[in-house]
Amino acid sequence: MENNTRDLEAEFQARIDRGENIEAKDWMPEKYRKTHIRQISQHAHSEVVGMLPEGNWISRAPSLRRKVALLAKVQDEAGHGLYLYSAAETLGISRDELVEQLLDGTAKYSSIFNYPTLTWADMGAVGWLVDGAAIINQVMLTKTSYGPYARAMVRICKEESFHQRQGYEIMLALCNGSEAQKRMAQDALNRFWWPSLMMFGPRDEDSPNTEQSMKWKIKKKTNDELRQQFVDQTVPQADILGLIIPDPDLKWNDDKGGYDFGEIDWDEFWDVVKGNGPCNQKRLDDRNAAWDNGKWVREAAIAHAEKQASRRVSKSA
Amino acid sequence: MNKEWPIWEIFIRSKNGLEHRHAGSLHAADAEMAIQNARDVYTRRQEGVSVWVVESKYVTASNPEKSGELFEPAKDKVYRHPTFYNLPDELKHM
Amino acid sequence: MEQKALYDYLLLLGDNPTILGQRLGELCGHGPELETDIALTNISLDLFGQVRNYFQYAAEVAGNGATEDSIAMLRLEHEYKNALLVEQPNIDFAHVICKQFLFDVYHQLLLNELVNSKNDQIAAIAKKSIKEVDYHVDFSSTWMQRLGDGTEESNEKLKKAVDFLWRYSMELFEATETETLMAEMGVGPDLNTLKPLYLEKVKEVFALSNIEMPEKTTFQFGGKTGRHTEYMGYILAEFQYMQRAYPNMQW
Repeated sequence: MENNTRDLEAEFQARIDRGENIEAKDWMPEKYRKTHIRQISQHAHSEVVGMLPEGNWISRAPSLRRKVALLAKVQDEAGHGLYLYSAAETLGISRDELVEQLLDGTAKYSSIFNYPTLTWADMGAVGWLVDGAAIINQVMLTKTSYGPYARAMVRICKEESFHQRQGYEIMLALCNGSEAQKRMAQDALNRFWWPSLMMFGPRDEDSPNTEQSMKWKIKKKTNDELRQQFVDQTVPQADILGLIIPDPDLKWNDDKGGYDFGEIDWDEFWDVVKGNGPCNQKRLDDRNAAWDNGKWVREAAIAHAEKQASRRVSKSA
Repeated sequence: MNKEWPIWEIFIRSKNGLEHRHAGSLHAADAEMAIQNARDVYTRRQEGVSVWVVESKYVTASNPEKSGELFEPAKDKVYRHPTFYNLPDELKHM
Repeated sequence: MEQKALYDYLLLLGDNPTILGQRLGELCGHGPELETDIALTNISLDLFGQVRNYFQYAAEVAGNGATEDSIAMLRLEHEYKNALLVEQPNIDFAHVICKQFLFDVYHQLLLNELVNSKNDQIAAIAKKSIKEVDYHVDFSSTWMQRLGDGTEESNEKLKKAVDFLWRYSMELFEATETETLMAEMGVGPDLNTLKPLYLEKVKEVFALSNIEMPEKTTFQFGGKTGRHTEYMGYILAEFQYMQRAYPNMQW
C-alpha cells in the first residue's frame, strides 16, 4: 500500500517534470492538495481584502476619469478573488469554508493590505508598486502545475495589465503637478516602498517551503530573485517620475547587473504577518461586517430560488 | 439555515459563428442570477454575445483513471487523418 | 436664455446618476457576495459613464472654461439638482435595492423618451444609456422579488425600505420650470405622462415581491430645486474633497 503511494507520487512528480498540468480530478498527493488550497485561497483573500484600501478612495477620487478607473480596478479585484476561490473550490473545499478561515483570522492574506491608504497618491503607489510586485508573481504562476490555478492566473494577468499603468499614470500626473502633489507622491512612495519589497516574502534562507514549491512549479524563482527583479525594474520608473526611493543603500552594482539595496525591517515584516500591522484589525472587521450584514441577503436569495423551483414543479404537476 | 449559493459553470460565446466555451465558474442562487452574474463577471470586457449557465452538480466528468482506456485507443488510428493517405504531388488540392 | 435652460436641464439629467453612482461606489468591497459587489460596481460605472457624457456636453454649453469635473465637483450644495431619492443612505441591502429599483424604473421611462429628443446630443446619450438602464431595471426588479419573496426577515427589511423610500418617488415626476420648458421645446418628456407607466411597473414588481403599495404617503420634494436632505452635505464632502482641498490642479 505504502509502496503504491510512493509509486503514485513518483509518477505524479514525473508528470509535473514533463510539464504536464494537473487537473482537478487527477490523483494528487494530499500535501499538494492542501498546499494548493492554502496558497490559492490566500491569494483569493488578498484580492478581496485588497479591495478595501483602494475602495477607501472611490468616493474621494479627484476626477470622474480617475473615479471610473478606480471603480473598474477594484471591481476587477473582486473578480480575481472570485476566479481564485473557484480554482480552490475544484480541490474539494467550499467558498464559504474558505471565507470562514479568512474571517476568523486563521487564513493569511498579503500583508501589504494591512497598511493604510492615507492620500490620493496612495492609489498611485498601490497601482504602481503593489500591482507591479503582484504581477511579477502572477506572471510566474500562469505556468504553475495546477491547471485551474494556472488558468485563473492567465485571465487575471490579462485583466491586470491596466492596473499598474493606471497607478503609474496617477503618479505621473502628481509628479508633473504642483509642489503639494509632488510631496504627496513622494510621501506615498516613502510609505509603500518597503512594504512592497516585503510582498515577496521572507529571505530564501527563511523560506522552508520554497524547495517544495519549486518542485510543484508553484514557484519558478525564489523570493529573493523575484524581489531583485522588482527592484531592478522599479528604480528606473521612479527616476522617470523624479521620485527618490527611500533607501540610502540603494545603488547600481555593475558586477551583478542589478541594484544593491538595504535590509528590510524583518521585525516589522513578521509583526504584520502575525496580525499586528496598522490595519489588520480594521480589514478583518470590515470583511466580517460585510459577511454578517449580507447573511440575510444570501439566505433570501436561496429561499426565493427554492420557492420558485417548487412553484414550477407544482405548476407542471 | 446556512446554505451556500451553488456553483455554476459558465460558457461564453465570444461572437456569433463561434461555439460557447467554458469561461469559469461562479456562485448564484438560481439560473437567472447565474446569467446576470456571468454577464457581470465574465463579459466586462466585451468577451461575449451569449451565455450558457449550468449548475456544476449536473456536469458529469469522465474519470481520469479511465483516461487510458477512453482516449488512448484513438492514438494509433492514423487512418482517420488525411496525412495517412499517399497521393501524387501533382494533385494539389484535396 | 435657452442655453441657460439647456445647461440646467443637463444638470437635472446628470446629477441623479452622479449621486446614485457615488452612493453605489461606497458599497464596493462591502456587499453580501463578491458577485453582487461586481454587479453593483457595474451599475455605478454605467451611471458615471452617463454623467461624463452629460457633463462634457454641459461644459460645451457653458463655454466658460467649465469641465466635466468642475461641473460635477465644484458646485455648492443647493446647486445640485438631483432628486432626494438618490441621496438616501445605503442603510442595508434592501435600501440599496429598493432605491435602485425606484430610480431605475423612472430612468428607463425617461431615457425611452429622450432617445427622441429634439436635441441630438441628448438623444445620442440616451440611446447609448438605455441599454445599460434596461439591464439595471432587470437587475433591481429581480432582486426586489428575491428579497420580497425570500424569507420573512428579508420581506420585513424590504417593507421597511419601501416605507422609507417611497416618499421620495413622486419628486421624480414633479416637473421643474426647466423640465416644463424642455418638454415644450421637445427636448425632454412631459413627466406627467410617465407617471402612470411608472406606477404600473412599480405595482407589478411590488406584487411579485409581496409588498403592498404604501398608502397615505406624504411625499417629499425639493432636491430638484436644490433643497436637499441632511445626507447631501456629507456626500459632497467626500465627493468634492480633493477638488476643494487642492484647487486648480490636474489629476
